Amino acid sequence: MTLAVGHPGFMSPSGVEIAFVLVGIATLGAALVTVTTRQLVHAALWLVVALGGLAIEYLLLTAEFIAWVQVLIYVGSVVVLLLFGLMLTRAPIGRSPDADSGNGWVALAVAVAAAATLVWVVVDAFRSTWIDLGGAAQGSTKVTGTVLFRHWVLPFEALSVLLLAALVGAIVLSKQGAPARRAASAKLGALSGLGALSKRKTGES
Amino acid sequence: MHLAYPAVLAVLLFCVGLYGVLARRNAILVLMSVELMLNAVNLNLVAFDVWLRDTLHAGQALTLFTITIAAAEIGIGLAIVLLVYRNRGTSDVDKLTDLADTGTLPDAGSASIAPPTDNPADTAAEQALRAREQTA
Amino acid sequence: MTLTTLAALVPLLPFLGAAAGLLLGRRAPGFVRPLAVLPTLAAFVLAALVAVRQGTGPATDAGTRLTPTGSVPIDLALHLDGFSVLIAVLVGLVATCVQIYSTGYLRDDPRYPSYAALVSLFTAAMLLVVYSGDLMVLLVGWEVMGICSYFLVGHYWETPQARSASIKAFLVTKLGDVPFLIGIFALAADAGTFRINGILTAAAGGQLHHPTLIALLLLGGVAGKSAQFPLHTWLPDAMAGPTPVSALIHAATMVAAGVYFIARLLPVFALSAAALAVLAAMAAVTMIGSALAALAQDDIKRVLAYSTIGQLGYMTGALAVGDRSAAVFHLLSHGAFKALLFLGAGVLIHAAGTNSLAAMSRMRDLRDRVPDAMWTFTVALAALAALPPFSGFFSKESVLRAAEHAAGGHQPHVPVAVGWTVLIAGLATALLTAAYATRLYLLAFRGSGGQAPEAHRQPVVMNAVLWVLAIPALALGVTVGALPKWFDGTPLTPTLTTSIVGLGLALVGVAVTSAAWRVTAARRAPLAVITDVEPEPGATEAVAIATHERTYGDIAAAPDPADPGRLLLGPLHRHAAHGFHLDAVYSALFVRPVLAAASLVRFLDREVVETYVQGAGATPRLLGAVVRRAQTGNVQTYLSALLAGAVVLAVLVATGA
Repeated sequence: MTLAVGHPGFMSPSGVEIAFVLVGIATLGAALVTVTTRQLVHAALWLVVALGGLAIEYLLLTAEFIAWVQVLIYVGSVVVLLLFGLMLTRAPIGRSPDADSGNGWVALAVAVAAAATLVWVVVDAFRSTWIDLGGAAQGSTKVTGTVLFRHWVLPFEALSVLLLAALVGAIVLSKQGAPARRAASAKLGALSGLGALSKRKTGES
Repeated sequence: MHLAYPAVLAVLLFCVGLYGVLARRNAILVLMSVELMLNAVNLNLVAFDVWLRDTLHAGQALTLFTITIAAAEIGIGLAIVLLVYRNRGTSDVDKLTDLADTGTLPDAGSASIAPPTDNPADTAAEQALRAREQTA
Repeated sequence: MTLTTLAALVPLLPFLGAAAGLLLGRRAPGFVRPLAVLPTLAAFVLAALVAVRQGTGPATDAGTRLTPTGSVPIDLALHLDGFSVLIAVLVGLVATCVQIYSTGYLRDDPRYPSYAALVSLFTAAMLLVVYSGDLMVLLVGWEVMGICSYFLVGHYWETPQARSASIKAFLVTKLGDVPFLIGIFALAADAGTFRINGILTAAAGGQLHHPTLIALLLLGGVAGKSAQFPLHTWLPDAMAGPTPVSALIHAATMVAAGVYFIARLLPVFALSAAALAVLAAMAAVTMIGSALAALAQDDIKRVLAYSTIGQLGYMTGALAVGDRSAAVFHLLSHGAFKALLFLGAGVLIHAAGTNSLAAMSRMRDLRDRVPDAMWTFTVALAALAALPPFSGFFSKESVLRAAEHAAGGHQPHVPVAVGWTVLIAGLATALLTAAYATRLYLLAFRGSGGQAPEAHRQPVVMNAVLWVLAIPALALGVTVGALPKWFDGTPLTPTLTTSIVGLGLALVGVAVTSAAWRVTAARRAPLAVITDVEPEPGATEAVAIATHERTYGDIAAAPDPADPGRLLLGPLHRHAAHGFHLDAVYSALFVRPVLAAASLVRFLDREVVETYVQGAGATPRLLGAVVRRAQTGNVQTYLSALLAGAVVLAVLVATGA
């Protein structure tokens, strides 16, 4: 833990900093496109870019294991899952005019206010804090593995149980119901949009 | 490296995700925005872990856990969205407004209490008397 | 068993009978009749035993204090003397007769179990009043009697007459009970005890500082309970109850309670000449007014009711002249013959299918239908009219003798004017009483015209009871020589002057009425006669009461030109039939203002208070409608608001505001 005293200021950035800022801008841009684009599938793809950019940021912070996990899990599985979800819910391919709800302006105001507040706080607090990236890599696979299986093994195992529970839960939720319920849901599917009827349906089932 | 760079980036990513959660109509896009927010947190965790040179590397371990939990969350979330879609035919968040108070419930308060009749026993007793006279 | 235990059992047995009757009434209908009759009969036997054991000896007092009750202690106390034991015997006798009579009279009534239990409870309360040696305990019995009277008068609650009569009886007697209660408290505050003996000692010792006030307050309750002017109006209407109830409550017991109460506390009243004067005026107005009203009534039971009021007037008159022996003597004989009259009237109403004298006078053979009732009724009427060999003659003469004694100035504490008032009113009433008794007899038993409706067989128990009661009505006069030993010792035998004058006046009344009847009999025209004879006597009576007003246009009178009372009273008849419009006066003075106030309150409640209540409700509803708009059901809106709030809070915390 070191303060920035005796270290270069913001006006004379190091190479790592330049790389970090550039990749950060790209990541931020991809994230912005993700939450604003009108093409749903594109949003998923831009999310890949944003998550990948974050993986690079992790590398720049010498946390290499996290970076690869990020690529494997997020880019490899989560985004694929999201794409499957989009397709299973028959999301329109191409521009959909109603991708944003009517809440947009309020959301923008809240987000900007939150960003302004947080940036102000963070900058105020860490203006002169310096991260020393020298020495051995902080997040190499060896270090992470040692720490994980020496100090964090119990939470790690507990997480595996949580994952199992999530697995079972996802299967139960997405499983097709009993025949009668399926028929009812098919009928209701035809009446798509009349969501208010669902209450009656749950009463029947 | 200045800590402010990753911290500010995390803040901005978080707020972008926040905007997405609040503004997107499709439930899956909302889930994507949630992922962005989670990643912003992860970035913070890693940055502070590196800065603090924690011997236990709690930040990185937590990041791993967060990623795992995020994977589980996206699985469950997608299952729920699929279920909603199957039942409703839509995955639009702003159409799921069953909890809205529409004010069309039966209004118990407006139906004022019926004014009391003078003596409800009157009629019954009169009938009894009449019956008695008829049998007489 | 000691005398005290025996006496305590007397009120306790009917009470237990009532409790058992109420509990078992629905479950075990077979037990209802024994449970009604046997405890009352046992109480009668025990009361007679107590009377024999007590005899003419000094008064027996016993008391126990269950718990301290503050500055003025309340004792469960008994006081047995000649007055109380003899009245208890009368109460037991009449109550037993009434219970036996009711088994026949209300044999098919679905509410008989509760009726019988209430009669038992009433009997227990009356016996408690009679034996009690403590004013608070007496008050308990007094009020229990009031509520029992309310329930029993309203027995036929299907009829509007019974409903309003029961409420009227309750309210009017309660109106008297309020000053009564205050009077008891004032009395106890002065005397420092609720024990009657203690109060009498205090009165003798001159410790009572407000005798007039106390006496007048107590008179209120007595006037209410004993149906004295101006609180007598409930009694004629209370005839809407079943006849045995009238016989028990409105002839022999409850109405006598007021007289008995004054008799017990007579020394207190004697302290105040003003109270005695009020009492005398009350008695005089009551006697004459009620006798005139009795002469005009068409409903046989209302005749008897007004007659009861008048006879009670005799008793209060005797008390006003300071002779409680005469008052209690008349109470005893009147209780017997008036109960007999009421029970006989019940038989008559059942046989004739109507309670209207006008209708009865158009029945040729009513006297042959009910021979038992006719003979006993005649005996009782003779007693009422105070004809010599019968009990009424001796008791009434004892009252007149006492009045004459006071008028002569021989009675200490009693003003001469009081004596004269009572004497003159008593003599006038003797004339009127003989007149209406004769009218009653002639109209009921000397009718001519069509046949009486085919009657169902009378229950044997009803006729048997009549003969039992006829014995005291006939022969109680022979005890006139022995009674003074039981009472205060004042002689009760008739004196020559009052006997001759009183008997003469009674005979004049009989003769004049008979003559009037002969004159009017020629005018007898057919009258709308509605007779409904039901197999159950009680049902006949209920229907007769309910239809009287519809048939004859009035609850009290009938448009009968052949009524000798109409000829005798002349223009007064219309007013007398309605009790001299006292009900109308009350209606104008009290009922209408109260109703107006009630409608004012109703208006205030409905229009003013309700508006505030509605307003108090409407404001939150309005606010709720505003808040409801926020509940869109859109999660994103909620989350936006939540996060905006969080940001605001964060800024506030960060800036240290």
